[in-house]
Amino acid sequence: MSEKVLMKGNEAIAEAAIRAGCRHYFGYPITPQTELAAYMAKRMPKIGGVFLQAESEIAAINMVYGVSSAGKRVMTSSSSPGISLKQEGISYMAGADLPGLIVNVQRGGPGLGGIQPSQSDYFQATKGGGHGDYHLIVLTPASVQEMADLTSLAFDLSDKYRVPAMLLADGTLGQMMEPVMLPEPQTEFPEKPWALTGTKMQRKHNIVNSLYLSPEELERTNIERFERYEKIKANEARYESFMTEDAEICVVAFGIAARISKNAVIAARKEGIKAGLIRPITVWPFPEKPIAELSHRVKGFISVELSMGQMTEDIQLAQHCLRPTMLCSRAGGIIPSPDEVLGAIRKMQGGNQS
Amino acid sequence: MTVFEKPKSLTDVPLHYCPGCTHGIVHRLVAEAIDALGIEGRTIGVAPVGCAVMAYDYFTCDMAEAAHGRAPAVATGLKRANPDNIVFTYQGDGDLASIGMAETVHAAARNENITVIFINNAIYGMTGGQMAPTSLPGQVTQTSPYGRDVKTAGFPIKVCELLSSLDGPQYIERVAVNSVKNVLAAKKAIEKAFRNQTEGKGFSLVEVLSSCPTNWGTTPQEALDRIASDMIPYYPLGVYKDISAKEGEKE
Amino acid sequence: MAKVTFAADICKGCGLCVQACPKHLITISDKTINKKGHFPAEMTDQSACIGCAFCAVMCPDCAITVEK
Repeated sequence: MSEKVLMKGNEAIAEAAIRAGCRHYFGYPITPQTELAAYMAKRMPKIGGVFLQAESEIAAINMVYGVSSAGKRVMTSSSSPGISLKQEGISYMAGADLPGLIVNVQRGGPGLGGIQPSQSDYFQATKGGGHGDYHLIVLTPASVQEMADLTSLAFDLSDKYRVPAMLLADGTLGQMMEPVMLPEPQTEFPEKPWALTGTKMQRKHNIVNSLYLSPEELERTNIERFERYEKIKANEARYESFMTEDAEICVVAFGIAARISKNAVIAARKEGIKAGLIRPITVWPFPEKPIAELSHRVKGFISVELSMGQMTEDIQLAQHCLRPTMLCSRAGGIIPSPDEVLGAIRKMQGGNQS
Repeated sequence: MTVFEKPKSLTDVPLHYCPGCTHGIVHRLVAEAIDALGIEGRTIGVAPVGCAVMAYDYFTCDMAEAAHGRAPAVATGLKRANPDNIVFTYQGDGDLASIGMAETVHAAARNENITVIFINNAIYGMTGGQMAPTSLPGQVTQTSPYGRDVKTAGFPIKVCELLSSLDGPQYIERVAVNSVKNVLAAKKAIEKAFRNQTEGKGFSLVEVLSSCPTNWGTTPQEALDRIASDMIPYYPLGVYKDISAKEGEKE
Repeated sequence: MAKVTFAADICKGCGLCVQACPKHLITISDKTINKKGHFPAEMTDQSACIGCAFCAVMCPDCAITVEK
C-alpha cells in the first residue's frame, strides 16, 4: 500500500505519470512548471525511461507525437506561452488520433504575460486550441492529491478514446505542498494495434497520419472523431457537488478558484445564504447536466475564475441562459479572495445584480 | 536472371510525382537500402510536408506523417520509444532547412541515432515553386520573380557544411541524382546512412541534389543538366563528415 | 540476351531512360498513349540491349525491369 507523502503539485504529477507507465518525457524550461521537468530529469534515467530537454516546445510536442505513434505512454508539460507553441503538434495529434498527456501549469497572459497563477487558457484548452475541429479531454485538479489522481486518469482516458488529454492546472497548485497518496504503479496497458513498431513482416504497414486530400474522407474522419467525443461527453464529465441540494445560488469554479469558492460558500451558509458549489473536474467535457438541472431552482450562477471570464460562457450555454451568470474574477495572476467571492454571493442574494 | 527490378520495400502505389521528378529515384534508393540491409520489418519512416508528403503510401514499412519541419523531432520520439527500430526521415529543403532548421540542427547535435534523407531541389515544389532556403543566387522562382537577390533574400543555406561544424553528427554526405554514376554513388551513401544506424553509430544525413523540372520550367533532362551546371558548383558533392569511418580506420 | 520490360501504365514518358541508354535503344512512343495519358518509353531494338540497366537506374517510377 502507498503511504501519504508530502509533495509539491508539480512533482506529484511527475511521479503519478511514472506510476501510470509513462517512461518518456519531453519538455522545455518555463516557469512555473520547472519542478516537473526537474523531477523527470532525476527519475527517468534511474528507471530506464527517457527525459529529454527539447530545443523548443514545438520540438517537444513532436517528440511526444513520435513516442505516441510508437504506442507508448508519453507526456510533456509547460506553461501558457509554451502551450501556445505546442498547439501545432497538439492539432496533429488530435488529427492522427494519438493519445498523450499535455500538462499546462497556467500563468497570466496574453503574450509573455506574467508568472503568477491564472486560468486564462480555458478557451484554448476547451475549445480546441489549434487549427481544425477537435477537442482535448481536459482535467482540472484542485489539490495535490488530484494532481496525481487526474494524471493517472488522463493517461487512461487518452488511451481509451485515442484523444490527447490535458491537465489544466495553475501556478498555485504546481507550487503547493500537500500530503498525497500516490497511486499504485500500473502494470496493464491497453493494446495498440495501430502503433508503429515495425511490421516484423507479419502485417501490412501502419500509418500515423492526419492528411486526407479527399474531402469526403476528411469529413468522414471528423464525423467519426465527433462520435467519439459524444461518447466522452456522455461518460466522462466529472464534477464535485458541494452543498447544492438546497442551494439558491450556485457558484461554479475549478482548480484553485474552487478551493477559495468552497470557503466562500461555507461563509455564506453561516450568514444564512443558501449557496452551493459545482466544481468541474473535467472542463471538456463540461459538466453541463448538473448545471442544467440546478438552473430550474437556483436564482443564478456565479462563475469564479482567474481570467476575464471564459468558463462563464459554458455555464450560460449549459443552462441556455435560463438564469443569470455573474462573473467574479481576477486576472493577470491575481487570485480572488474568499471575501470577494462572498461579496458576489451576497450581491446575488440581494438580487441587485444587473 | 533479373538484374534490375523494383525493390520490395516499395508498395505498388504509383508515385504521384511529376514526370522526370527525381523524388522517385531517391525513394527507390531508400527502398533498396532497406532491402539490402534486410530491415524492412523494423524500419519506420517519417514523411515530411512538401512534395513527398505522401511517402507514407509508397514504403511498405510503418510510416508516420509529421508536421512541416518536425520530422527529426518525431523521429527522435520514435527512436527513443523503440531503439531497436530503424527510423528515417525523408525531407525536402523547405521542410528541413527552413521551417525545420531547429529540429534538424538539434537532432544532429544530439547525435540522434536516425537517418535523414534530405532532398535539395532548391525550390518549394508542392506549393507551386516558391523560393527555398537553398534556392541559388539569381534563381527565378514565384517569390523571387527577378531572381534571388542575396541583398534582400539572403544567401542559400549549405546544410552539409553547416551540420558538419557540429560535434554530434556521425556522417554527412552530399550526393546528386543527375547521372547514372551519381545515382549509383547516392545509392552507396544512402545505404551507409542506414547501416550506420543499424550499427548504433548515430546521426547520418545524406543531402541529395535533386531536380524539379515542373517548377524549374525545364524538361526532365534539362533539369538534370542544370544540377550539373548550376547546383553542384554551389553545393559541392562529397563526404563532409564521417566519424564512423575514422573509428573504423583506428581499429 | 538481355531483356528490358517497361511497365507501360506506370511510365510517365519523362525520357530520362532515353538519355541514359548507352546504345540509344529507347524512344518515347509517338503512337501509344497509356492509361494516364502519357506517351510511354519503348525499346527500338531489344536484341541490341547489353543489360547494363542504366535506363532502370535513372527511371524515377520503377517502371523498368531488366533481365539478362
